[in-house]
Amino acid sequence: MKKVIVPIGPYHPLFEEPEYFALYCDGERVVDIEWMAGYNHRGIEKLSESKHWDQVTFLIERICGICSTSHPIAYCNAVEDLAKIEIPERAKYIRSIVGELERLHSHLLWVGLAGHFLGYNTVFMWAWKYREPILDIMEMVTGNRNHYAMMKIGGVRRDIENEDIDIIKKILDELKGKLEMLTGAVLDDPVLAARLKGVGVLTKQDIKDYGAVGPVARASGVDIDVRRDNPHAAYNLVEWKVITCQDGDVFSKAVVRLLECFESIKIIEQSLVRLKKIKGDIAIEVRYIPSGEGIGRYEAPRGECYHYVRSDGTSRPVRHKIRAPSYVNIPTFKASCIGETIADVTIILAGIDPCYCCTERAITVYDADTRKKLFDGKDLMKLSQEKTRKIKKQLGFKEK
Amino acid sequence: MEIIEQVKEKFKSKIKSVFFHNEKRVYLEIDKEDLIDVVKFIFHDLDARFITASGIDNLKDMEILYHFSLDSDGIVISLRVFIDRDNPCIESITSIVKGALNIEREMYELLGIKFLNHPGLKRFLTDEFPEGFYPLRKDSPGRAEQ
Amino acid sequence: MAIDLKTKALKKSLFVFHLSTGSCNNCDIEILDCLTPRFDIERFGMVLVGSVKHADVLLVTGIGTIKNAERIKKLYEQMPKPGFVVAIGACACTGGIFKEGYQMAGPIDKIIPVDVYIPGCPPKPEAMIAGIVKLLEKIK
Repeated sequence: MKKVIVPIGPYHPLFEEPEYFALYCDGERVVDIEWMAGYNHRGIEKLSESKHWDQVTFLIERICGICSTSHPIAYCNAVEDLAKIEIPERAKYIRSIVGELERLHSHLLWVGLAGHFLGYNTVFMWAWKYREPILDIMEMVTGNRNHYAMMKIGGVRRDIENEDIDIIKKILDELKGKLEMLTGAVLDDPVLAARLKGVGVLTKQDIKDYGAVGPVARASGVDIDVRRDNPHAAYNLVEWKVITCQDGDVFSKAVVRLLECFESIKIIEQSLVRLKKIKGDIAIEVRYIPSGEGIGRYEAPRGECYHYVRSDGTSRPVRHKIRAPSYVNIPTFKASCIGETIADVTIILAGIDPCYCCTERAITVYDADTRKKLFDGKDLMKLSQEKTRKIKKQLGFKEK
Repeated sequence: MEIIEQVKEKFKSKIKSVFFHNEKRVYLEIDKEDLIDVVKFIFHDLDARFITASGIDNLKDMEILYHFSLDSDGIVISLRVFIDRDNPCIESITSIVKGALNIEREMYELLGIKFLNHPGLKRFLTDEFPEGFYPLRKDSPGRAEQ
Repeated sequence: MAIDLKTKALKKSLFVFHLSTGSCNNCDIEILDCLTPRFDIERFGMVLVGSVKHADVLLVTGIGTIKNAERIKKLYEQMPKPGFVVAIGACACTGGIFKEGYQMAGPIDKIIPVDVYIPGCPPKPEAMIAGIVKLLEKIK
């Protein structure tokens, strides 16, 4: 049987970050997949050792642009665990609010990108348009659309004023209606159901083997969420629930992410109500980090962010270990892509919501025997969009 | 803590020390020879989730911490293993935990630790550095000589 | 004479190729944000293209890691001239907070010549559009 090697990456137009996958194919079916990382590796763990405890927060933010506040929260949790610091109540609510706002904009970003991979460019435009008000809230509260610099060891750096709370509430109310429309459009669309159901399935055993986390795990019925299992910030002070699905395919992953958005809005609204009543400091002063070890975790939009720090009582970390969620989610390709067709690979890859920049640190199909190029990145994207068109036709929908 | 009592009961003196940093963070020290048995117990019998592994260069020796999560209780168990710095090598746990493949490759290239019986021990994140340049070691220079 | 015609044509509609070389992806998302209805660079005639061989402008983000350096050079050579390079974000301009890292081969202007620098972490879409407008004036 002829085997064809399909390197994906490193520069594919819609995976903005460079990554390299080699797909081994037998005709139309994928037989094996290999991941070569390193194009985004910036040596952050080593850089951490040369910065002061406070400076590390700014460095850590820039691990990833989309989960920009997840890493600082996990890092601050780690140091607060080490030094046994309890942050003030107001800071807890502010941390949850910023974290959940980030989850909202990240999931909307994903919905947009996934829509584009399938050929639904209107979904892309809508989702990113609805993202903008959230970025406006961020700018109003923190001063920047991304890289908020809100977290510090011992609390948060900026407060949310009462006047802003009303504006945030208004924007979120408008967003709820739009989210409901978007969710309905995605979940009720028969073409999307035909395209995504049963594609890229991950079983519970796969999730356990690879240690996958986040919506990827929850879509396969594995009920884990750091916000509930290891509560911090305000997550055990407000009412919300963890969303899981049972099927483990790309459709379930979309469902989990969309429904999580509504839970995020619930958390933010409850936190805003409490914030209006609670007075107090937003941070406690931390003068000295004793020697010891600390572990901090946070449920980023993609899964569990894990930070381990070790201190010897000086002003810099001795060791700072960072594990981003995509590091354990991306290898699940081995389980979800094998047996699938090449046209589905782009959407399966997208279903994990990979964030390559978090993880470290483009697609061409070659004939294995002659090394002649068969398809390239844009062709694979077209294959994916073409499959959607075929399914649309089968179901009797006219091409828009 | 009940779960840790189970581990101590099963392995007795092989657990060299148990440190409770608080009720959710436990550090167990073991010898590298006992690593596979303890990992098997924690991963299969206690149904823990493998989070990651951290390699640390202590100049006098090297240390690897294997982090596992007991999600139903929110507890993180970290297994601490010390290895020799001049010839750092240890058994790979990929036979039990598939998800440890990439982190062991990363520790190999950034710290120089060899993992025995690893199915494909080669560089993962960097490939143009000269042999012997291990960035995360404490005595490594800031940049590699190109 | 041929170059003048080409530059005049350039001013009408810019084909932009986006390249990320070791960035946190924030600048990249803000670039894609420019396509969305609020900023909508398509009304200026700017279009994101999939291949560097069709590009007039190369937008580069990221620090330029050692692993990427050769590829950046190759992509720059493949871009048809006259072509312009825009370094977006603090990482591309100077290396930003990653300057002392062991994977640093940049910043970008050490690898390829840069025409416009747009600083910021990340630069807002308005800043990027302003930077592109300055580029257009420079071409004039």
